Amino acid sequence: MQLKPQVTADTALVGIHTGGVWLAERLHAALGIALPLGVLDISFYRDDFDKTGLHPQIKPTQIPFEVDGRHIVLVDDVLYTGRTVRGAMNELFDYGRPASISLAVLIDRGGRELPVAAQYVGARLEVPQGHMLVLDRDEHGKLRLKLDA
Amino acid sequence: MRNPQLNEKGELQHLLTIEGLPREVLTHILDTATSFVGVTAREVKKVPLLRGKSVFNLFFEASTRTRTTFEIAAKRLSADVINLNIAVSSSTKGETLLDTVDNLSAMHADMFVVRHAQSGAPHLIASHVASHLHVVNAGDGRHAHPTQGLLDLYTIRHFKKDFTRLSVAIVGDVLHSRVARSLIHALTIMGTPDIRVIGPMTLIPSGAEKLGVKVFYDLEQGLRDVDVVVMLRLQNERMRGALLPSAQEFFKYYGLTPEKLALAKPDAIVMHPGPLNRGVEIDSAVADGSHAVILSQVTFGIAVRMAVMSILAGN
Amino acid sequence: MKIHIKNGRLVDPVNNFDAKADLFIAAGRVAAVGKAPAGFSANRVIDAAGLVVCPGLIDLSARLREPGFEYKATLESEMLAAAAGGVTSLACPPDTDPVLDEPGLVEMLKHRAKTLNLAHVYPIGALTVGLSGEQLTEMAELRDAGCVGFSHADVPLQDSQVLWRALQYAATFDFRVWLRPQDGYLSKDGVAHDGEVATRLGLPGIPAFAETVAIATIIEIMRATGTRVHLCRLSTREGVDMVRTAKSDGLPLSCDVGIHHVHLSEMDLGYFDAHCHLQPPLRSARDRDALRQGLKDGTIDAICSDHTPVDEDSKLLPFAESEAGATGLELLLPLTLKWALETKLPLAQALARITREPARILGLDAGHLSEGHTADICVFDAEHYSTVSAAALKSQGKNTPFLGIELPGKVRYTLLQGQVVYDAGND
Repeated sequence: MQLKPQVTADTALVGIHTGGVWLAERLHAALGIALPLGVLDISFYRDDFDKTGLHPQIKPTQIPFEVDGRHIVLVDDVLYTGRTVRGAMNELFDYGRPASISLAVLIDRGGRELPVAAQYVGARLEVPQGHMLVLDRDEHGKLRLKLDA
Repeated sequence: MRNPQLNEKGELQHLLTIEGLPREVLTHILDTATSFVGVTAREVKKVPLLRGKSVFNLFFEASTRTRTTFEIAAKRLSADVINLNIAVSSSTKGETLLDTVDNLSAMHADMFVVRHAQSGAPHLIASHVASHLHVVNAGDGRHAHPTQGLLDLYTIRHFKKDFTRLSVAIVGDVLHSRVARSLIHALTIMGTPDIRVIGPMTLIPSGAEKLGVKVFYDLEQGLRDVDVVVMLRLQNERMRGALLPSAQEFFKYYGLTPEKLALAKPDAIVMHPGPLNRGVEIDSAVADGSHAVILSQVTFGIAVRMAVMSILAGN
Repeated sequence: MKIHIKNGRLVDPVNNFDAKADLFIAAGRVAAVGKAPAGFSANRVIDAAGLVVCPGLIDLSARLREPGFEYKATLESEMLAAAAGGVTSLACPPDTDPVLDEPGLVEMLKHRAKTLNLAHVYPIGALTVGLSGEQLTEMAELRDAGCVGFSHADVPLQDSQVLWRALQYAATFDFRVWLRPQDGYLSKDGVAHDGEVATRLGLPGIPAFAETVAIATIIEIMRATGTRVHLCRLSTREGVDMVRTAKSDGLPLSCDVGIHHVHLSEMDLGYFDAHCHLQPPLRSARDRDALRQGLKDGTIDAICSDHTPVDEDSKLLPFAESEAGATGLELLLPLTLKWALETKLPLAQALARITREPARILGLDAGHLSEGHTADICVFDAEHYSTVSAAALKSQGKNTPFLGIELPGKVRYTLLQGQVVYDAGND
């Protein structure tokens, strides 16, 4: 695990709804992070609101720690255009001024539209444009990657 | 006839009344409001959803309080807010309601928040404006006050969870109350089995039973074992004329005192749309007591209005 | 001008005639029915095959908006509307500006109408000066100027002593007094039927008993004075019952209903549709059904259009601020036919409500096609359905709840005193 050596008492994990939260929950336990886990729903920060409107199901954002001065690791399932990460960073800054933000993702599928890079990447995958790759939960609660055309 | 609140895709285009809205729409608004409650609790109480949008508060009837809550909600969504207090009386000839609306539309408004003394004025505006515009009814005559109904609903859900097991009593001037009408529709849609209205016959509209409520003329009977008590504001002008003999007599028979409240369930909550008339419809001991959730209503009101505005703006 | 209307279905409710027959018109009168008079040579032949030929319609209430409200409608526009609606005689209420309370005003109106010569106009004079409910008008003078009755239009006559005196004075001359029964206090500020819909929409209500209280007052005074009274625009079930009883008691009472109230109810207000803002208000479906029953059993004598052209600006307002009324001259026939079809009423009986009966109430020898009688005639296609549209309406008032609705009945020709005053072919 590349992340482990970087973890300090000031490190906080923040998962991005929905897949990122599932991963963050696992990482949070595996890394033994002291600060409680944060969760972000970036619906209020999306840049495509004018086109798609408000997401039909919004989960509350919960940042149960002081953001000022923290080293925050954002966790998401799939990194693609980078727009979600931009929204997540904007939202975090409305909670305070973190010392640093780094990004951990399970899959980097390329296709960036913004200058965003992940520091910690599980795997890199080529996914054709127009396909949706998301982390999903099967009927037994097990996590799986789902590819939709 | 198409519901004038919905666009051709069946999405909420305007919020004019709660009547006729599907339960899913109400639930969506309440759920979204929950997320906004989190926003309003944090350091930066603002999200960029409505950045660049212009929200016009069109208040044809003065109400600093309601206007302020809409203003705060819009500003927390990063919208530009323009407040217009347009004093009108039907005798004042000049620019008509729709002339005013046309003028403001030309200033590139995205949303109108309308308060008007006449029932149906927001419907008229909604039927007239261009299709990209949204109209939110902030109270029209005796007809509807849908955001108040939604915040009441939010408050009840927050404290009582399940609508399908509740007894709710609405007390006072139901005849002139848009708050009562909106809440009755909201509760009916959410499946509340026992909705009561309580007041003297002069303040209960005819055919109230058709709205799905039980009518009580006796406060003590009506309050028995209810989970929620909603006290309505009694406007001062109702004291003149033949509706009521006096504020004193009204308070004696319909004012909520700790003794009367004791007839409700022990964990009953007391709500009021504000502003309070202490000693007219509610005793201070109740208004400031442990059952009152009146200030929570105000806080939730901002989040609910943020939810409504962001859902409309996105449709 | 000699006109031969051939091959039509002649319907004459007065003469109990309903059969295919030709009509021959000469010198403004019906020259013959069935066979041409000897030596008759028509200047014009109207082929009425497949059409109904009936007496010109008689409308008990049409506001022409002159004098005073020319921005809502003019005599020209509304007389054209009457002709296009097959209406050849109409009574107009006195609520003009100034009010029809002086002989000069009545003479002027009669003169203007005569010049246009599109329909016979019968003014109803004001019962009190300025309709202010205080001073009686010079009723006899007004009668001499051409008034066929006296009314208080839609303005409540609050002072029941004035009402008593007015009915006494009218009885002196055997004038018929037209009253719209609605208690002014009980209906104060109201804009909709006090019931389910008004409660839901938060509109101030007019209770049904605002009508019955007024009827009770009128009937009791009638018992004392013996005045002939015509009740205008009945709207409630209880009102119909009271009229039925009063008639069976032998009181000289007649009444009418507005055509909109035969079809619509409070439910049609929908989402504050100002086109359904009418006076009296549209009441419950139960009331509407009672009005239909009253029409069927003859308790209600006549149907009128209660034609009230309203300018668009006065309707584009919140419901309670909008002006009440609907345009009706051109919808009287279609809506009467629709009612007849729905209730499976024979055509002649339906037409009697807009020809024979109003003629009787107005005291006119009209509404029939007897030989030698004035040739006021309506020729229409009962099978033709068309959609009501603002553009097609001749009236300056486009305010009707029936916009966009398909209705039966299309007037083809209207003849006034033997002259064709409307020919759909020229439209």
